[in-house]
Amino acid sequence: MAKKRRFKGGEIPTSSMADIAFLLLIFFLVTTTIDMDKGLGMVLPAEGEELEINKKNILNCLINSTGNVLLGGEAVEIRNLAKTVRQKLVENDKLIISVKAHSASNYMDYVKVIDQLKQANATRISIAES
Amino acid sequence: MKVNRKTQLDTEIPTASMPDIIFMLLIFFMVTTVLREYAGLPISLPKAKRIEKLKSKRHTSHIWVSKEGLVSIEDKLYSSDGVRHVMYEKRVADPQLVVSLKADERAKMGLISDIHTELRKADALKLNYSSKTAID
Repeated sequence: MAKKRRFKGGEIPTSSMADIAFLLLIFFLVTTTIDMDKGLGMVLPAEGEELEINKKNILNCLINSTGNVLLGGEAVEIRNLAKTVRQKLVENDKLIISVKAHSASNYMDYVKVIDQLKQANATRISIAES
Repeated sequence: MKVNRKTQLDTEIPTASMPDIIFMLLIFFMVTTVLREYAGLPISLPKAKRIEKLKSKRHTSHIWVSKEGLVSIEDKLYSSDGVRHVMYEKRVADPQLVVSLKADERAKMGLISDIHTELRKADALKLNYSSKTAID
Protein backbone atom coordinates (compact mmCIF):
# COMPACT_ATOMS: atom_id res chain seq x y z
CA MET A 1 0.00 0.00 0.00
CA ALA A 2 1.43 3.30 -1.05
CA LYS A 3 1.33 6.20 1.30
CA LYS A 4 0.23 9.49 0.00
CA ARG A 5 2.83 12.15 0.55
CA ARG A 6 1.65 15.63 0.60
CA PHE A 7 4.10 18.01 -1.06
CA LYS A 8 4.34 21.26 0.83
CA GLY A 9 6.08 23.35 -1.80
CA GLY A 10 9.90 23.61 -1.77
CA GLU A 11 11.45 27.01 -1.19
CA ILE A 12 14.99 28.02 -0.37
CA PRO A 13 14.96 29.94 2.90
CA THR A 14 16.08 33.48 2.17
CA SER A 15 15.91 34.87 5.66
CA SER A 16 19.51 33.87 6.40
CA MET A 17 20.80 35.30 3.14
CA ALA A 18 21.73 38.59 4.81
CA ASP A 19 23.69 36.73 7.49
CA ILE A 20 25.68 34.77 4.92
CA ALA A 21 26.42 37.93 2.98
CA PHE A 22 27.51 39.65 6.20
CA LEU A 23 29.93 36.84 6.99
CA LEU A 24 31.52 37.07 3.57
CA LEU A 25 31.64 40.85 3.87
CA ILE A 26 33.43 40.65 7.20
CA PHE A 27 35.96 38.21 5.75
CA PHE A 28 36.85 40.56 2.91
CA LEU A 29 36.87 43.57 5.24
CA VAL A 30 39.43 41.83 7.41
CA THR A 31 41.65 40.61 4.57
CA THR A 32 41.72 43.91 2.65
CA THR A 33 44.81 45.93 3.38
CA ILE A 34 44.16 49.60 2.82
CA ASP A 35 47.52 50.86 4.04
CA MET A 36 49.60 51.72 1.03
CA ASP A 37 53.31 51.69 0.57
CA LYS A 38 54.98 54.99 0.97
CA GLY A 39 58.35 56.29 0.01
CA LEU A 40 60.36 58.85 -1.91
CA GLY A 41 59.24 59.18 -5.48
CA MET A 42 61.77 59.48 -8.26
CA VAL A 43 61.66 59.39 -12.03
CA LEU A 44 64.72 57.96 -13.70
CA PRO A 45 65.94 59.41 -16.99
CA ALA A 46 65.25 57.28 -20.05
CA GLU A 47 68.04 55.19 -21.48
CA GLY A 48 70.29 57.19 -23.78
CA GLU A 49 68.78 60.48 -22.69
CA GLU A 50 71.89 62.43 -21.87
CA LEU A 51 71.91 66.17 -21.98
CA GLU A 52 74.76 68.59 -22.10
CA ILE A 53 74.37 71.00 -19.26
CA ASN A 54 76.20 74.19 -18.55
CA LYS A 55 78.70 73.60 -15.76
CA LYS A 56 77.39 76.65 -13.93
CA ASN A 57 74.04 74.97 -13.44
CA ILE A 58 75.36 71.79 -11.92
CA LEU A 59 75.80 71.32 -8.22
CA ASN A 60 77.67 68.17 -7.36
CA CYS A 61 76.67 66.32 -4.27
CA LEU A 62 79.03 63.52 -3.40
CA ILE A 63 78.50 60.88 -0.74
CA ASN A 64 81.48 58.90 0.45
CA SER A 65 81.62 55.45 2.00
CA THR A 66 81.50 56.78 5.57
CA GLY A 67 78.36 58.83 4.90
CA ASN A 68 79.95 62.27 4.64
CA VAL A 69 78.55 64.65 2.08
CA LEU A 70 80.48 67.03 -0.12
CA LEU A 71 78.25 69.68 -1.71
CA GLY A 72 79.93 71.65 -4.48
CA GLY A 73 83.36 71.14 -2.92
CA GLU A 74 82.36 71.88 0.67
CA ALA A 75 81.69 69.35 3.38
CA VAL A 76 78.10 69.67 4.64
CA GLU A 77 76.28 67.83 7.41
CA ILE A 78 73.37 65.83 5.97
CA ARG A 79 70.82 67.54 8.22
CA ASN A 80 71.93 71.00 7.04
CA LEU A 81 71.79 70.01 3.39
CA ALA A 82 68.23 71.26 2.81
CA LYS A 83 69.09 74.74 4.09
CA THR A 84 72.23 75.05 1.99
CA VAL A 85 70.55 73.76 -1.15
CA ARG A 86 67.60 76.11 -0.68
CA GLN A 87 69.97 79.08 -0.57
CA LYS A 88 71.75 77.92 -3.69
CA LEU A 89 68.44 77.47 -5.46
CA VAL A 90 67.50 81.06 -4.65
CA GLU A 91 70.76 82.20 -6.28
CA ASN A 92 70.25 80.02 -9.35
CA ASP A 93 66.87 78.48 -10.04
CA LYS A 94 68.15 76.45 -12.98
CA LEU A 95 70.40 74.47 -10.70
CA ILE A 96 70.55 70.74 -11.20
CA ILE A 97 71.79 68.73 -8.27
CA SER A 98 73.83 65.77 -9.32
CA VAL A 99 73.96 63.13 -6.60
CA LYS A 100 76.88 60.76 -6.81
CA ALA A 101 77.29 58.08 -4.19
CA HIS A 102 80.36 55.93 -3.59
CA SER A 103 79.62 52.30 -4.38
CA ALA A 104 80.43 51.28 -0.80
CA SER A 105 78.25 53.97 0.78
CA ASN A 106 75.07 53.04 2.58
CA TYR A 107 71.64 53.29 0.98
CA MET A 108 70.42 55.00 4.17
CA ASP A 109 72.71 58.00 3.57
CA TYR A 110 71.56 58.22 -0.03
CA VAL A 111 67.89 58.22 1.02
CA LYS A 112 68.65 60.91 3.60
CA VAL A 113 70.30 63.08 0.96
CA ILE A 114 67.40 62.65 -1.48
CA ASP A 115 64.99 63.44 1.36
CA GLN A 116 66.90 66.63 2.19
CA LEU A 117 66.90 67.67 -1.46
CA LYS A 118 63.15 67.12 -1.60
CA GLN A 119 62.74 69.21 1.53
CA ALA A 120 64.63 72.00 -0.21
CA ASN A 121 62.08 71.71 -3.06
CA ALA A 122 64.79 70.78 -5.52
CA THR A 123 62.93 69.30 -8.47
CA ARG A 124 65.92 68.76 -10.73
CA ILE A 125 67.82 65.90 -9.22
CA SER A 126 70.17 63.83 -11.26
CA ILE A 127 71.60 60.52 -10.17
CA ALA A 128 75.10 60.08 -11.45
CA GLU A 129 76.33 56.58 -12.05
CA SER A 130 79.14 55.67 -9.74
CA MET B 1 -12.29 68.28 21.67
CA LYS B 2 -10.13 65.33 21.05
CA VAL B 3 -9.33 64.27 17.56
CA ASN B 4 -9.06 60.62 17.04
CA ARG B 5 -6.38 59.69 14.67
CA LYS B 6 -7.13 56.51 12.96
CA THR B 7 -4.23 56.39 10.56
CA GLN B 8 -1.38 54.55 12.17
CA LEU B 9 1.96 55.09 10.57
CA ASP B 10 3.95 52.01 9.83
CA THR B 11 7.42 52.85 11.15
CA GLU B 12 9.74 50.09 10.12
CA ILE B 13 12.98 50.12 8.22
CA PRO B 14 12.52 48.07 5.08
CA THR B 15 14.77 45.06 5.31
CA ALA B 16 13.94 43.47 2.01
CA SER B 17 16.82 45.17 0.19
CA MET B 18 19.32 44.51 2.98
CA PRO B 19 20.98 41.52 1.29
CA ASP B 20 21.38 43.55 -1.90
CA ILE B 21 23.15 46.36 -0.08
CA ILE B 22 25.43 43.93 1.67
CA PHE B 23 26.18 42.11 -1.56
CA MET B 24 27.16 45.41 -3.14
CA LEU B 25 29.60 46.08 -0.31
CA LEU B 26 30.85 42.52 -0.53
CA ILE B 27 31.54 42.82 -4.25
CA PHE B 28 33.40 46.09 -3.67
CA PHE B 29 35.73 44.50 -1.13
CA MET B 30 36.17 41.38 -3.24
CA VAL B 31 37.28 43.48 -6.17
CA THR B 32 39.65 45.66 -4.17
CA THR B 33 41.28 42.85 -2.19
CA VAL B 34 44.64 41.69 -3.42
CA LEU B 35 45.27 38.31 -1.89
CA ARG B 36 48.60 37.66 -3.55
CA GLU B 37 51.31 38.89 -1.24
CA TYR B 38 55.00 38.25 -1.40
CA ALA B 39 57.13 37.55 1.61
CA GLY B 40 60.15 39.46 0.35
CA LEU B 41 63.37 39.62 2.28
CA PRO B 42 63.94 40.66 5.88
CA ILE B 43 64.87 44.32 5.68
CA SER B 44 64.76 47.43 7.80
CA LEU B 45 63.64 50.34 5.67
CA PRO B 46 65.33 53.72 5.81
CA LYS B 47 63.47 56.71 7.22
CA ALA B 48 62.51 59.85 5.33
CA LYS B 49 60.27 62.89 5.78
CA ARG B 50 59.11 63.93 2.33
CA ILE B 51 57.31 60.73 1.50
CA GLU B 52 54.56 60.13 -1.00
CA LYS B 53 51.94 57.45 -0.99
CA LEU B 54 51.93 54.98 -3.83
CA LYS B 55 48.73 55.41 -5.76
CA SER B 56 47.71 51.89 -6.61
CA LYS B 57 48.79 48.49 -5.46
CA ARG B 58 47.81 47.06 -8.81
CA HIS B 59 50.38 49.11 -10.68
CA THR B 60 53.17 48.56 -8.18
CA SER B 61 55.91 46.03 -8.39
CA HIS B 62 58.39 45.50 -5.59
CA ILE B 63 62.09 44.82 -5.64
CA TRP B 64 63.60 43.73 -2.35
CA VAL B 65 67.27 44.34 -1.68
CA SER B 66 68.76 42.96 1.52
CA LYS B 67 71.85 44.21 3.29
CA GLU B 68 73.73 41.09 2.16
CA GLY B 69 73.16 42.14 -1.45
CA LEU B 70 70.35 39.75 -2.39
CA VAL B 71 67.83 40.97 -4.93
CA SER B 72 64.34 39.47 -4.84
CA ILE B 73 61.36 40.04 -7.13
CA GLU B 74 58.16 38.10 -6.45
CA ASP B 75 60.04 35.81 -4.08
CA LYS B 76 62.61 34.77 -6.66
CA LEU B 77 66.22 35.73 -6.31
CA TYR B 78 67.94 37.48 -9.18
CA SER B 79 71.42 38.68 -9.91
CA SER B 80 71.54 42.41 -10.56
CA ASP B 81 71.63 41.97 -14.34
CA GLY B 82 68.63 39.62 -14.37
CA VAL B 83 66.35 42.41 -13.14
CA ARG B 84 66.17 43.93 -16.62
CA HIS B 85 64.23 41.06 -18.23
CA VAL B 86 61.68 40.69 -15.44
CA MET B 87 61.03 44.40 -15.20
CA TYR B 88 60.85 44.80 -18.96
CA GLU B 89 58.08 42.20 -19.17
CA LYS B 90 56.21 43.91 -16.36
CA ARG B 91 56.64 47.30 -17.98
CA VAL B 92 55.23 46.00 -21.29
CA ALA B 93 52.24 44.45 -19.49
CA ASP B 94 51.53 47.60 -17.49
CA PRO B 95 52.61 51.01 -18.78
CA GLN B 96 51.61 52.65 -15.49
CA LEU B 97 54.07 50.53 -13.57
CA VAL B 98 55.73 52.04 -10.52
CA VAL B 99 58.67 50.17 -9.07
CA SER B 100 58.88 50.21 -5.31
CA LEU B 101 62.41 49.62 -4.17
CA LYS B 102 62.41 48.04 -0.75
CA ALA B 103 66.06 48.17 0.11
CA ASP B 104 67.67 47.72 3.49
CA GLU B 105 69.19 50.89 4.92
CA ARG B 106 72.58 49.17 5.07
CA ALA B 107 72.49 48.02 1.44
CA LYS B 108 75.44 49.25 -0.59
CA MET B 109 74.94 51.99 -3.16
CA GLY B 110 76.93 50.04 -5.74
CA LEU B 111 74.10 47.52 -6.00
CA ILE B 112 71.37 50.18 -5.91
CA SER B 113 73.18 51.97 -8.70
CA ASP B 114 73.22 48.73 -10.73
CA ILE B 115 69.47 48.40 -10.21
CA HIS B 116 69.00 52.01 -11.40
CA THR B 117 70.85 51.12 -14.59
CA GLU B 118 68.80 47.94 -15.04
CA LEU B 119 65.53 49.80 -14.55
CA ARG B 120 66.57 52.41 -17.07
CA LYS B 121 67.34 49.67 -19.55
CA ALA B 122 63.96 48.05 -18.87
CA ASP B 123 62.28 51.47 -19.35
CA ALA B 124 60.70 51.19 -15.89
CA LEU B 125 61.42 54.76 -14.92
CA LYS B 126 58.94 55.48 -12.17
CA LEU B 127 60.73 54.55 -9.00
CA ASN B 128 59.80 54.84 -5.37
CA TYR B 129 62.33 54.40 -2.57
CA SER B 130 60.20 52.69 0.02
CA SER B 131 60.78 54.25 3.41
CA LYS B 132 59.26 54.76 6.81
CA THR B 133 58.08 58.09 8.13
CA ALA B 134 60.77 59.88 10.07
CA ILE B 135 59.81 61.68 13.25
CA ASP B 136 62.00 64.52 14.47
